[in-house]
Amino acid sequence: MTDDTQTTEHATQAPAHAEYHPSAREYVRVGLILVALTCIEVYLSYSGLAGAKLIALLLTATVIKFLMVVGYFMHLKFDNGRFSRMFALGAIGALTLYAAVLLMFGVWGK
Amino acid sequence: MADITGVTVHEEHTSTGLSSTKLAMWLFLASECMLFGGLITAYMLYRGASLKGPYPEDVFDIGYTSVSSFVLLASSLTMVLAHNAALEKDYPRMRLWLTGTAMLGLTFVGGQVFEFTSFYREGLSLTTNMFGTTFYVLTGFHGVHVTVGVLMLMILVVMSWRSSLSDDPAFPVEMVGLYWHFVDIVWIVIFTLVYLIPTPQK
Repeated sequence: MTDDTQTTEHATQAPAHAEYHPSAREYVRVGLILVALTCIEVYLSYSGLAGAKLIALLLTATVIKFLMVVGYFMHLKFDNGRFSRMFALGAIGALTLYAAVLLMFGVWGK
Repeated sequence: MADITGVTVHEEHTSTGLSSTKLAMWLFLASECMLFGGLITAYMLYRGASLKGPYPEDVFDIGYTSVSSFVLLASSLTMVLAHNAALEKDYPRMRLWLTGTAMLGLTFVGGQVFEFTSFYREGLSLTTNMFGTTFYVLTGFHGVHVTVGVLMLMILVVMSWRSSLSDDPAFPVEMVGLYWHFVDIVWIVIFTLVYLIPTPQK
């Protein structure tokens, strides 16, 4: 009974929140940056660069692309923070768990 | 709900003040991170562990896969443009962008089928070696996700034609869009880890 009352109170107090939606032009700009980053990645793979330097550069470009799609196209940058935390829970959880597995099996040493 | 300045005001009548459907979609995508994380990890664990060929460097065509990546990136852009059109209540333009997204998705899947076929002809099957097993399972799962996304997009277009979408069509378009963009970010990671980073030499 108490829980019901609390839920109702919470629901009525839920604030309206304003969301910013980028314009089509901004989305096209983000799309062009993503294409440019992909071109850089492909160039790097043909550039003759090797080893840790190549991997670091490729992973950096990948992380930037990932964050741009999640932030702008999936709207997390402008949306309620709870959605970001929900997704981060899965993404960071998966990254931590599988990085530990790869470390355990010595994949980085290859 | 959306005005010309691009600011939308939402008020959800739930205990969290947020849309439960959207929260569930984000939770689903978080669980998908674990699924694809597992598949990518399996691929990484067995990189360079194949005892016989064909090896990745024998079959991969980076130029061809790059074009597929550009197609999927373009589909993410058309998807947000569809959502933008839905927010502006421009439904013919929304249907156009949704159809464009579905076509780009089909192009990507078609490209993947062609790639799989050519790899198979070069002697790489699911059971040839560890590379074949982990590669086909990872990229195959991704391809299935793209196919499901294409189906959802087509259903959205048909429902919009029949005017059977809810009063606020921007919401289902946003939900399908979240799934679609997720499929795109998974490919961004796969493209780098599987195709671009060279396989360690034995």
